[in-house]
Amino acid sequence: MHELSVTQSILDIVLQHAKERKIQQVNLVIGQFSSIVDDSVQFYWDIIAKETLAAEAKLHFERIPGEMTCSNCGHVFHPGSEDFLCPSCESSAVRVSGGREFQVDSIDVE
Amino acid sequence: MCDGHNHTHSHTTTRVPVVENILSANDRIAQRNHSLLHQKNVYGVNIMASPGAGKTSVLLKTLEALKGRLRIGVIEGDPAGSIDTDRALAAGMPAVQVNTGGECHLDAVMMEDALSQLPLDDLDLVVVENVGNLICPANFRLGTHLNLVIASIPEGDDKPYKYPGMYMGMQALIINKIDLLPYVPFDMEYFQQGVEVLNPGIATFPLSCQTGEGLDAWTDWLVEQAHAEIIPE
Repeated sequence: MHELSVTQSILDIVLQHAKERKIQQVNLVIGQFSSIVDDSVQFYWDIIAKETLAAEAKLHFERIPGEMTCSNCGHVFHPGSEDFLCPSCESSAVRVSGGREFQVDSIDVE
Repeated sequence: MCDGHNHTHSHTTTRVPVVENILSANDRIAQRNHSLLHQKNVYGVNIMASPGAGKTSVLLKTLEALKGRLRIGVIEGDPAGSIDTDRALAAGMPAVQVNTGGECHLDAVMMEDALSQLPLDDLDLVVVENVGNLICPANFRLGTHLNLVIASIPEGDDKPYKYPGMYMGMQALIINKIDLLPYVPFDMEYFQQGVEVLNPGIATFPLSCQTGEGLDAWTDWLVEQAHAEIIPE
């Protein structure tokens, strides 16, 4: 249930950047490897953003899948949760190359 | 893609770029905690694990082994942790119990408050027992030098694949309960392969708090790390 703290952090950032304008949408970018943030964030948002300029804001999640790159053959792939082997050459010499995002990307204001 | 303005709404909508890490406020306080530890010449360790992995056992064995080598303070964040802060205090070891208010993790603010209650001038090492949980604590940096994850044999060999975030954010890994290897299906090679992908070259310590096997390697390494970081020649 870390979603409540996460929601509070998002709200603080958003209000700071909105500069007294009404917020319509918050655009979040969440990588698969960064954190589990589910739809309960919107639920918490509707509670804690009440009586702020962000009260009616919708949260938009852009989900970035986890990405790995094979050091052996250069293949780029999205790993499953069973193994991290390269699907092209079956090498285990792979490295994380994407999916760490965890940010407020932008806000839409009136 | 949006070019900065969205013309389809009846009201004028402006897209304001933010590009800020969601937990940047926590990270800033964590950085402050780190600076304080550095200034006070104290090495900080944050222990994270799932419930039952043996955080408390490892902590107790570690404290025992370091007695007389480093002056240690304890921050107890796990409501289920069994380090009795009164008992630790009675043994001359400063300890602080953090009330997480039902949260699934410690955060940098709780850490800052706990640090303010410890006599940092008289310590070399602060060990934090985080809340038992493999998801949340990874995101909330505390400002310690070392983030330690404790895995254990009975949990299964698939944990790095199921909780990549936790395994990517650590600087050391203990694999606890290796005395159970003959009795539990656990493919060490499969486990370590996942770890190596997520965290290449990570310092790994297979050990057993039950038999004591592997404990010296861990505690010697920890003392070495602490000395390298904090104690001036």
